[in-house]
Amino acid sequence: MSSSTRQSLHPGLNLGEEHGDDHLEAETSVFGFWVFMMSDLVTFGMFFAVFATTMPLPCCPGPKELFDLGSVAWQTAFLLASSLTSGMAILTLKQEHAAQGACTKKLVFWLLVTVLLGCGFLYREISDFISMAAAGGPPTRSGYLSALWSLVGLHGLHVTGGLIWCLVIVAGILVRGVDLRWKLTLLRWAVFWHFLDVVWIAIFSFIFLGGLL
Amino acid sequence: MFEAIFGRLTWDSIILVQAVEQPNVNTFITASAAAMMPIGGVMIVALLTWMKWWKPLFEWLTSVDHKKIGTMYIIFAVIMLFRGVVEGMLMRANQAVGLNGGFLSSDHFNQLFTTHGTNMIFFVAMPFLFGLINIVVPLQIGARDVAFPRLNQISLGLTAAGGFLFMISLMIGEFSTGGWTGYPSFTGRLVNPGVGPDYYILAIAISGIGSTLTGVNFSVTIYKMRTAGMNFMRMPLFTWTALCTSILLIFAMPPLTACCAMLGLDRFLGFHFFTNDMGGNLMNFINLFWMFGHPEVYILVLPAFGVMSEIASTYSGKRLYGYTSIVAATMCIAVLSFTVWLHHFFTMGQSATVNAAFGVATMLIAIPTGVKIYDWLATLWGGRIRFTAPMIYLCGFFVLFTIGGLSGVILASPTLDYQLHNSQFLVAHFHNVIIPGVLFGILAGIHIWFPKIYGFRLMESYSRITAFLWAIGFILTFMPLYQTGMMGMTRRTVAYEDPALVPWMIVSGIGALVLGLAFLFILLTIFVSVLNRKKLAVPFGDPWDGRTLEWWTPAPTPEWNFAVLPKVNGVDAFTEAKAKGTAYQPIEKYEDIEMPANTYYGLIIAAMASGFGFGLVWHMWWLAIASLLGAIATAIIYAFLPQKTYIIPAAEVREIDEAWRRAARESRGVTRDDESNEANKGLARPDNITNP
Repeated sequence: MSSSTRQSLHPGLNLGEEHGDDHLEAETSVFGFWVFMMSDLVTFGMFFAVFATTMPLPCCPGPKELFDLGSVAWQTAFLLASSLTSGMAILTLKQEHAAQGACTKKLVFWLLVTVLLGCGFLYREISDFISMAAAGGPPTRSGYLSALWSLVGLHGLHVTGGLIWCLVIVAGILVRGVDLRWKLTLLRWAVFWHFLDVVWIAIFSFIFLGGLL
Repeated sequence: MFEAIFGRLTWDSIILVQAVEQPNVNTFITASAAAMMPIGGVMIVALLTWMKWWKPLFEWLTSVDHKKIGTMYIIFAVIMLFRGVVEGMLMRANQAVGLNGGFLSSDHFNQLFTTHGTNMIFFVAMPFLFGLINIVVPLQIGARDVAFPRLNQISLGLTAAGGFLFMISLMIGEFSTGGWTGYPSFTGRLVNPGVGPDYYILAIAISGIGSTLTGVNFSVTIYKMRTAGMNFMRMPLFTWTALCTSILLIFAMPPLTACCAMLGLDRFLGFHFFTNDMGGNLMNFINLFWMFGHPEVYILVLPAFGVMSEIASTYSGKRLYGYTSIVAATMCIAVLSFTVWLHHFFTMGQSATVNAAFGVATMLIAIPTGVKIYDWLATLWGGRIRFTAPMIYLCGFFVLFTIGGLSGVILASPTLDYQLHNSQFLVAHFHNVIIPGVLFGILAGIHIWFPKIYGFRLMESYSRITAFLWAIGFILTFMPLYQTGMMGMTRRTVAYEDPALVPWMIVSGIGALVLGLAFLFILLTIFVSVLNRKKLAVPFGDPWDGRTLEWWTPAPTPEWNFAVLPKVNGVDAFTEAKAKGTAYQPIEKYEDIEMPANTYYGLIIAAMASGFGFGLVWHMWWLAIASLLGAIATAIIYAFLPQKTYIIPAAEVREIDEAWRRAARESRGVTRDDESNEANKGLARPDNITNP
């Protein structure tokens, strides 16, 4: 194993040498989480594959009747903005927390902004689900709708999990301070959050845009 | 009120009650099996209390030591193997007398082949291999533990939770009748609204998540935890195959999780993924299942290939022939395994071109596998071969596995598959790769590494008898099925009309008896060896003149594995050190060792996962929701609790390690002539013959 702290030890944003041993600890932890994310990516891939094989039935409403592209645009904006703010949180951690700095407030601020934006995303997504069901498109109507709901819903579940996780981290930082364990948790959570962005971009392009073209 | 608490669980769901209400052969058999669980449970509780073993039991269950977790995986697998063998014997007995109908009802028979398959794949073969990988891999790469010890415990817990759901279906309710592949629409809500398919989905989905985490854990362990100097091309072959299996687990388990989730949504919430109407498509399930299912075959067989590689070099006293080509072949098989899943359903309506492409891809796998077989044969050539139990397994593997592989090439041809699919020929084929491939590898692996962990060898004579019994039992049971398959007998047949099949079925039934005996001999071997453990002790830790790092520790291996992490300069580092005479030289500097402390995390998660699954199966929504919230709360609470570790002082390590090294320097050791005698105390002396 390399002992140099100068180099990048795992994909994504590294804590860097100013964090000393914490940076070395991050190698296994964050790399392991990346591996897990790759596994999760395959799960999403399977749901995408099943979605790709289904067609809207003539009996039931299809994309034209169900999708509200304006709302989807809002969701995209919320999620992409939350990715930016989560990035700001990690940059704060990397640059200002190197020497046990007193920048916890700034870190918590960015994390809470991220949570807020994530909640905005979830709010719009859930209202879309409700209006879809009201418009005669619940998941039990057809195979196409089952695949649509479960793929978008799986992403929504991940976002919900990510938000709870983020709140736990905020609580942890406030209770215990920014120690090694919470640093590693933050790094892993950041990978998770960006990953959800990537999946959303695929959902946005293939399902919503692709469905309306 | 009753329904709110117990969901659809009623008094009649309990198998023992059914046996009283409708006494017949079928309920008698299920009731006897079901009764074994409460009786066994009471006996175990009594034994634990009598021997005052409760405290040690919890020390094991809360342990994060990879050697203990591996042992628990293997004990779990042996218990499940017992069930699997008994089910197999019942089915063979039924078919032996099955002309115009045997003694089992068709519904009972359907449950039997479903549980037998599900059990043998998910709860026997995989836990066995995870057990071996857990025990051996950290030792082979010179590490003190795996990358994520607590995650390792959670994986075990999830496997056990899946096993719990699977076993409890024997006592309460019923299991699926849809085969281990569980194709809808047969397992859909419309055809089968009962609890059986729900048990099936939840048992394999929960244990499947555990397997995914195992894959993540071991791939990271092998990538990041190797000792100084051990680059990839110096890793022992078993570690290489464990790495390939881990990678396959990471990518192959998600399709299974996904298709179980979708089938669950169909069943619980009325979705239309795999239904016949409303735009559902059952081919999606079949594709997803086999995207998992085919790599699964290699998840199982690759570690067994790894064991075979270790046997070939260790038990012939030679460096492995063609190390690089075996590594390349292993990786090649791992990649190809994702490109062939369609050969499991050639007959389900694709175009001939698609079938041909997948048929050719399937046949390609025979090439890297052939490379391996020839490399192992070349390793044996001119070696100092000892015909001990592992070598018997290896030789059985050479002959029998090759036959199984060739019958696979036959099935890979779509034209022939149209004739042979769904017949007993297929049953013969996959047992022919799984028993001589996977099971022989596992049993040989247990024989080899048992002394490493427990400090004494298994009785050589009993192990040899066990090996021969498995080989003979396998041949008698499954070779006749090739013949009956070609005579047109379909798989999963509870009754048949053609008297010409009877002699073959009787031979096969006798073979099943031999396999039952072979299972008993596994237990007998361990029992007799425990009785003779003093005579069989190998305190120096190297009973087979081993070549890789795991043999460079005392036996039983201390919890810290290596007093000082070894440095490696090549393949077979330990052999090199022994040849130079540096293996047991004193070490100057010892350091304090920090180890992770025991935790209840895995145990709690296992209980929550079991409650979640059981609640969903029986529609006890309160139990399912409470368990799920409980699991999340557990994870959050543990995130706030400090991760405890404990320090083993350098002085203590020094004392134990120095005593071992001194004794090894002062003792003479044995040559390979005395390997199976009492004289073998685990210290190897070079033979007086020159090796090529």
